[in-house]
Amino acid sequence: MKFFFDRMLQTIPVVLGITLVVFSLMHLTPGDPVETMLGSVGHISQEDIDLIRHELGLDQPLWKQYLGFLGGICRGDWGMSLRYGVPVKELIRERLPATLELTLAAMLISLMIAIPAGVISAVHRYSLVDQASTLVSLIGVSLPDFWLGLVLILIFSVGLGWLPGGLRLGFEIAWPPTTTGLLLVDSLLAWNWEAFWAAMSHLLLPALALGAPLAALTMRITRSSMLDVIQQDYITFARAKGLREMVVIIKHALHNALIPTITVIALNMGTLLGGNMIIERIFSWPGLGQLVVDSIRTYDYPVVQGAVLLYALTYVGMNLAADLVYTRLDPRVAL
Amino acid sequence: MELEQAWYHISPMGATLRDFWRLYRKNRLAVWGLAVIVIMVIAAIFAPYLTPYHPEKPDFTALRRPPAWMPGGSLAHPLGTDHLGRDMFTRIIHGGRISLTVGLVVIFFATSLGIILGLISGYYGGRIDAIIQRIVDTLLAFPYLILATALVAVLGPGLQNMLVALAYKEWIYPCRVVRSEVLAAKNKEYVEAARAAGAGDLHIMFREILPNVFGSVIVVATLRVAWVILMEASLSFLGLGVEPPAPAWGTIISEGRRFINTQWWISTFPGIAILLTVLGINLVGEGLRDALDPRMRE
Repeated sequence: MKFFFDRMLQTIPVVLGITLVVFSLMHLTPGDPVETMLGSVGHISQEDIDLIRHELGLDQPLWKQYLGFLGGICRGDWGMSLRYGVPVKELIRERLPATLELTLAAMLISLMIAIPAGVISAVHRYSLVDQASTLVSLIGVSLPDFWLGLVLILIFSVGLGWLPGGLRLGFEIAWPPTTTGLLLVDSLLAWNWEAFWAAMSHLLLPALALGAPLAALTMRITRSSMLDVIQQDYITFARAKGLREMVVIIKHALHNALIPTITVIALNMGTLLGGNMIIERIFSWPGLGQLVVDSIRTYDYPVVQGAVLLYALTYVGMNLAADLVYTRLDPRVAL
Repeated sequence: MELEQAWYHISPMGATLRDFWRLYRKNRLAVWGLAVIVIMVIAAIFAPYLTPYHPEKPDFTALRRPPAWMPGGSLAHPLGTDHLGRDMFTRIIHGGRISLTVGLVVIFFATSLGIILGLISGYYGGRIDAIIQRIVDTLLAFPYLILATALVAVLGPGLQNMLVALAYKEWIYPCRVVRSEVLAAKNKEYVEAARAAGAGDLHIMFREILPNVFGSVIVVATLRVAWVILMEASLSFLGLGVEPPAPAWGTIISEGRRFINTQWWISTFPGIAILLTVLGINLVGEGLRDALDPRMRE
């Protein structure tokens, strides 16, 4: 409990730092942020500029602006989108389920590939399988994910015509009623199998492209932590007891080897979320990542700030969760 | 192993090139990686002399030619041409100039800053350490690409701003490595000896400790070059990097996207160039790790 408390305390300066970075983003513009934002609109009178500056609170001293920004975040007021004229929070809430569904699918796919591959590699160390999967994982971390996405579209969508190359659901299929926003879940709840399969087929390629780097990394970590664990005395003991090899590997070894794996996955959530931005663009996936890219292009700073803030806070949350899970699985850490 | 380790601590910088190569060579893949990188660097340096074409000038007499091995292709354009008739091979080797330059420049500045802050943080500890480490934690919380994209968006596109946007977060990685190495080295005998001999803090940090942690710094820096090149490609792909018609690999892939149904080679080949370069650098990094830092071996 004390560990938990200390760990929470440590995150406070980090969270404050995050808000400071996000706040300063808007003030790093070489010129006047309002003029940059309005740059594409054409001629605007000085009065209008002043009015907008006042509305955004830009005419106040910096520290006051920052406190206002901080207060707004705490009250749940994340500002208004300049382009859509709706609250940033609403825009994000609208886009979040699509991104969540994609991220979870990517995570699931990469774990389903990476953990078995890592275990097999470790158990049959230096075998052909081990060398092959090591090479594949090396390629996996060296691949530009956006290029992988394009190649997947080229092969499975353009070439073979097996899977759609974009969007969450084709135009010809009616959307199931929204309950969770996750299409797979919603279509299941509505017993709409047609929509379920369509959603699944649309999800597969982007999730694969997004999950590949994570899978590569997870595989390498699983392999090396399995190698560590397998050499421990209690594994030799379990084998000596006459337990079946499968039981030894899965129940005794993997259980302990997963601890570092979980940590790595949590720490790489940030990369995964960042990858979203580019994968969503390639697959016309209407998620948060697309929103960020569009907002950056149109200088819709409040939306950019809100989304970046959300990403960073998610990372901190995941990090915290990983630490807590870690202490649950390995009580020595808390000592 | 024992002997190597002892050698490492007695004479870290005195390692002759031959000793280094003997250790490096053991990792076969790392040798291959090095070969790829050498070829890429040579191609990038001599890019203007390797092909008769200009990387940016359109040629409307040779639009969308397929690669040489496909029907309609010719050896005049071994990898084909793009939608403006520009030779793909020429654009790709010129793109290597951009990627490698960005990778090296960003890593040079980020590593220099990271070393200084890491040394200060680890050596002095206390409040200054706490402040630097909280900054590191904070920057760590931002997804790399999103922070870089937001920064480029704010600063405006172009080479210089992209370098700033990438280095903004990049320094924290060498900083963390140097700090933890300094913490380990701080109480070693050679530091005590230097202090007893009357050496000042600066001398101890830069002349005594730094040479001993330099191996790990080189390894991290090398592996990070690979990452920075990937991020440069991503930014260019999003249209936030070097501005077209400059042939950055990410830009070419992005341009080719529109023609993916018919001229698949435009988007495909630059991606292979990225993959080979990044893979090569990663392999070299692992080889360096084996050769320079015996403690980090599996």
